[in-house]
Amino acid sequence: MVPTNYYVILSAVLFCLGVFAFIFKRNVITIFMSIELMLNAVNLAFVAFSQALGKLDGQVFVLFVIVVAAAEAAVGLGIIILIARNRQTLNVERVDLLKL
Amino acid sequence: MRALLSANAELVITIVKIALLLFIVLTVNAYLTWFERKVVAHIQSRWGPHRVGPHGLLQPLADGLKFLFKEDPTPAGVDKFVYYLAPLLALTLALTSIAIIPFGPAPIHLFGHDIYLGIAPLNLNIGILALFAITSLGVYGVALAGWSSNSKYPLFGGLRSSAQMISYELALTMSVVGVLLMAGSFNLRDIIDAQAHHPERGLFGWNVWRQILGFFCFFVAAIAETNRVPFDLPEAEQELVGGFHTEYASFKFAMFFIAEYTSMITVSCLCTIMFFGGWLSPFPASWTFTHYLPSVILIPFGLWVIMDGLRYETVFGRIILPGAGTALTLLGLALIVLPQFNNFIQAPFWFLSKVLIFLFVYVWMRGTLPRFRYDQLMAFGWKLLLPVSIVNVILTSFAILAKMQWSAK
Amino acid sequence: MTTPLIVFFVLAALAVVGAVSLILQKHPIHSALSLIVVMVALAGLYLLMGAEFVAAVQIIVYGGAIMVLFVFVIMLLNAGVEEHTSLSKMAGPPGLLLVLALAGFVAATVARSGASVQATTQTGALSSTKGISEMVFKDFVYPFELTSFLILVAILGATVLAQREKT
Repeated sequence: MVPTNYYVILSAVLFCLGVFAFIFKRNVITIFMSIELMLNAVNLAFVAFSQALGKLDGQVFVLFVIVVAAAEAAVGLGIIILIARNRQTLNVERVDLLKL
Repeated sequence: MRALLSANAELVITIVKIALLLFIVLTVNAYLTWFERKVVAHIQSRWGPHRVGPHGLLQPLADGLKFLFKEDPTPAGVDKFVYYLAPLLALTLALTSIAIIPFGPAPIHLFGHDIYLGIAPLNLNIGILALFAITSLGVYGVALAGWSSNSKYPLFGGLRSSAQMISYELALTMSVVGVLLMAGSFNLRDIIDAQAHHPERGLFGWNVWRQILGFFCFFVAAIAETNRVPFDLPEAEQELVGGFHTEYASFKFAMFFIAEYTSMITVSCLCTIMFFGGWLSPFPASWTFTHYLPSVILIPFGLWVIMDGLRYETVFGRIILPGAGTALTLLGLALIVLPQFNNFIQAPFWFLSKVLIFLFVYVWMRGTLPRFRYDQLMAFGWKLLLPVSIVNVILTSFAILAKMQWSAK
Repeated sequence: MTTPLIVFFVLAALAVVGAVSLILQKHPIHSALSLIVVMVALAGLYLLMGAEFVAAVQIIVYGGAIMVLFVFVIMLLNAGVEEHTSLSKMAGPPGLLLVLALAGFVAATVARSGASVQATTQTGALSSTKGISEMVFKDFVYPFELTSFLILVAILGATVLAQREKT
């Protein structure tokens, strides 16, 4: 059996990599993808603890996280399309003023 | 060596099964192209391939050699990694989905091990969901192929094709929910067993009668999912030059080609498993004389092939065809003489016949139907098929609930 | 070195390589492909833990729908290679400091927990799908209905946002 600690460490590593990508990448779509990476890391921790405690609550919550991530991705990508259309750039460092 | 083999028996059996099934699937693919060309040609009152080998039977071999030896150019300006990845992804995913399909209930007893027909384990509790997972990943092959080709027509073809595939995927998965509610499990073997509850009903126990709406939704969605006529606008020659595989030449195009035909085979297998009883015989179980049906079909067919071969025009045909005919006749006789072999061959025989009938319907539709326009296609998928499959789920749930209440009284 | 442990290390290495590749790639489509690799590796890990329904849902929804959406948007917006700008003052030293602080905090927490949570055998007596569906429709039925409402709102929002302005 794989100890639960290993899964939690992997989840932590993925989460920190996601935060790193969120801070240092400049393309708004890549930043959005790093958010999805962070959500996936958290899902892994949920399922690991669900297996450790022998209950299914963790997996049910993972389903809800996936659903909410799907809704968030749909609306977020709509916003990104609008930003790209209005500012003609996908670089977040150029989208730093409310004024066009 | 023998000790190593027997220690990892499961692994060795699985690897041998995978190799065998891969070989069989690729051969069936090749002869499916021959079958399609012949059938479409006869629908259009012409012969089809009939020069390469007797009755054109070596045409797939010639096509395969052509694909291997043709020049494989890579266009300038493509994103090399994604360009090479896309056909690989499409082919790998299409071939992986064959692993989940069970081909027969009874195991073969060989070398002291029970070998079940089908690569997936018996208790794969998410059988059909795993298949849908692989199908939903198959969209990437098409989308990435279109994008990486650095050209207008493939980009539009790829976008349209992948949008079509994800739209019809919804209808595909929803139309199966009725069957799953009735069987109570995702496992494909359990779905077939649920249709075998009344073996004396024969073919009237199959799911298609009770889920007729689901069957039609599934079949139409499956045709759209595999990009076949009448839903093949994204890859039609008259419309988009070639769609997402325009810039792909010999071998990579062959990979897309094999992926499309393999997914056609997979979907036909799914149709038979979920709606037509899989490996169950259409005759009631008490009619045991129908167990001789494979022999009754094989022996006259073998004799006809011998007769046809003896009068064939080329010398090669006059040698090969009678030989093949003799082999078929002997197989039919062996089935009569060996009852154990006959009993074992019943399940795969019915499964393969039903799959062949579905493949024939696919090819028949290619020969006869015109294709949808893209906006008609999308409107059909979202505005007709998806609501109908949802209505099917609701009706099935009410029916099951009513039956539960009625039998509880 | 049991087989589950070997499989775990292979899948974990795949996930970490995918995440690092997400950071290092210059073109967003390659980052998207790396993220798909991470998701498939995580689905494999869920299967290893016995959470088969969650693994299938992860591939179908995350890998087959959400990431397809990402790939479509990247294709439609014709996103190119990232240009190198360094206009932001938050990314750079303060950002690096924050990431290191977070990583250190997480590492310290995990190290201090030690062997307090051990893995039990496969999840429960109920099979994963049956158990999850019983929980979702009995204990968690209100959140379930709320998420369906949320998805409706998201569909409407995305449709409105993506419309072209009526000129």
